[in-house]
Amino acid sequence: MLAVELTVQGLVQGSIYALIAVGLTLVYGLLRILHVAHAGLFTLGGYLGVLVTNATGSLGLALVVAMIAVGLLGIGIYRFCYKPILDRPPYVALIASIGLFIAMEEIFRLVFGPYGISYVDPPLSQTVGVAGLSLRQAEIATMLGAVALIGGLAALAGGTRIGTAWRASVTDPQMAQSFGIDIDRVRHLNFFIGSALAAAAGVMVALLNNLVEPTMGSVPSYKALAIIVLGGLGDVRGTLIAALALGVIEAFGTIYLGSLLDRDAIAFAFLILVLMLRPAGLFGKA
Amino acid sequence: MDYEITLATTMGIGIIAALSLNLITGFCGQISLGHAAFTGIGAYCAAMMTTSGLPFALALFAGGVLAGAVGVVVGLTSLRVRHDFLAITTMGVGFLFIGIVRQQDALGGELGIYGIPGSGLGREGFMILTMALAAAVAGFSLYIKRSWMGYAFDAVADDEDTARMLGIDVARYKLTAFALGTALAGLAGGLYAHHVRYIGPDSFGFTESVAILAMVVVGGIGSVPGIVLAAAVMTVLPQWLQVVADYKLLLYGGLLFAVMRFSPGGLAALVRVRRPAGPPPRRAAEGGAE
Repeated sequence: MLAVELTVQGLVQGSIYALIAVGLTLVYGLLRILHVAHAGLFTLGGYLGVLVTNATGSLGLALVVAMIAVGLLGIGIYRFCYKPILDRPPYVALIASIGLFIAMEEIFRLVFGPYGISYVDPPLSQTVGVAGLSLRQAEIATMLGAVALIGGLAALAGGTRIGTAWRASVTDPQMAQSFGIDIDRVRHLNFFIGSALAAAAGVMVALLNNLVEPTMGSVPSYKALAIIVLGGLGDVRGTLIAALALGVIEAFGTIYLGSLLDRDAIAFAFLILVLMLRPAGLFGKA
Repeated sequence: MDYEITLATTMGIGIIAALSLNLITGFCGQISLGHAAFTGIGAYCAAMMTTSGLPFALALFAGGVLAGAVGVVVGLTSLRVRHDFLAITTMGVGFLFIGIVRQQDALGGELGIYGIPGSGLGREGFMILTMALAAAVAGFSLYIKRSWMGYAFDAVADDEDTARMLGIDVARYKLTAFALGTALAGLAGGLYAHHVRYIGPDSFGFTESVAILAMVVVGGIGSVPGIVLAAAVMTVLPQWLQVVADYKLLLYGGLLFAVMRFSPGGLAALVRVRRPAGPPPRRAAEGGAE
């Protein structure tokens, strides 16, 4: 029974990781940038979710507002921060992104205060029994939400003209461009969707913990990097599997390895182990 | 006067830490996002030794050696993974280090190690030692840069595959860079432990790694004078100006971003622009975004 409970907890956490990491891996696939500041957008999503819910009483509206606002900010970050340095060596964008992320965290601290904010009247806080397990509604909503959003993304990528243009740009940007695809528009769309998914994850974490703090993005940010590396940078399917696997491994690891390693270090121990055995990630071709 | 002595000591330690990362990232082109872990290894090793009564000089030396030894092991990963993968792996090493330290009661766990004995040199003596070591590390860096090894590092940084084709033993040079850089980071850590007299897991976290990287990047990746200047200013400024201390992270983050966005060569490149005959800014890693 403990094993089932741990697995479910791991899957809830894994859904959050998946939502954050998918945006990150999409950016990497298209631009070869490790977009650390992505987790800053996740935090902002959490803040907007709580603030709008408290102001209007509607969680649904808050989710939509957070996703659109953060998605637009994601486009802004691409335009202002990454576009001018795309032709530089990769470490330039990486370091710029780390700087941007640290500065964002500080700005959240200055604007929203250091202690974090909570829902006045936390939505979805009841517990329901499912097959002998007692789960909070928020946990169920998180899993269903992640499945719906990622399913929607898959449908968009696989079944529409926009999705085709997108996949073509990831596979071969130059060739896509010569076939008349506006690469810059694809990149805008990419940043919008990736950032909106991170915002959704932020809203969900705010629901699960009923707390949003300036530094809530730190740990997910670095862990999401570990996840996309595990999944084989730029590989969406691999990233999803790695995210869910890591959630479950952490849930078990905290119980069985807790005295040896801190929870957050488990992800990196796993990462280093995997990379030493398979340098291109779990599913990559070495 | 005490205040100035403390300031100068902090500055010296910052310079050693920044130059040690520069050996790996600047000279040899291997990005490391977990450098503070090695200052941490040196600090913990030295602090454990002096608190159990061993002499300071021996502890400092052992801290450097242990950090260097672990550094070689971490350096082995740079033979397996490159660029972005290496950046994430080294970041992971940093998190692993504090993750392990936090759970070890022998190392003080969350609370860290208190009451580390002094160096026995007095405040001024310790400052002179730190400054002398910083000067020695700067001299050593300049010497390396002009030596055969420096050219080999440069070749590895520029284009690993071509370097290998020219008969350079890439693996050996990478490991040497990691060994030297991490050993010096361990030295900086040992000095730090005996300067502040307290160390804990949070003294060596990701923020600290980024702070060291910020000094290297702001100074200009690979430029010894630029980094010495940047490290000196960036360690001292938060202590001088309360405003800077309050917004330290915002400033570090903003600076990292602004330098990369507007002048990726750092301070050194700004100076070089005024000298038309100077060499063009070097690209440390192959390939752009596309």
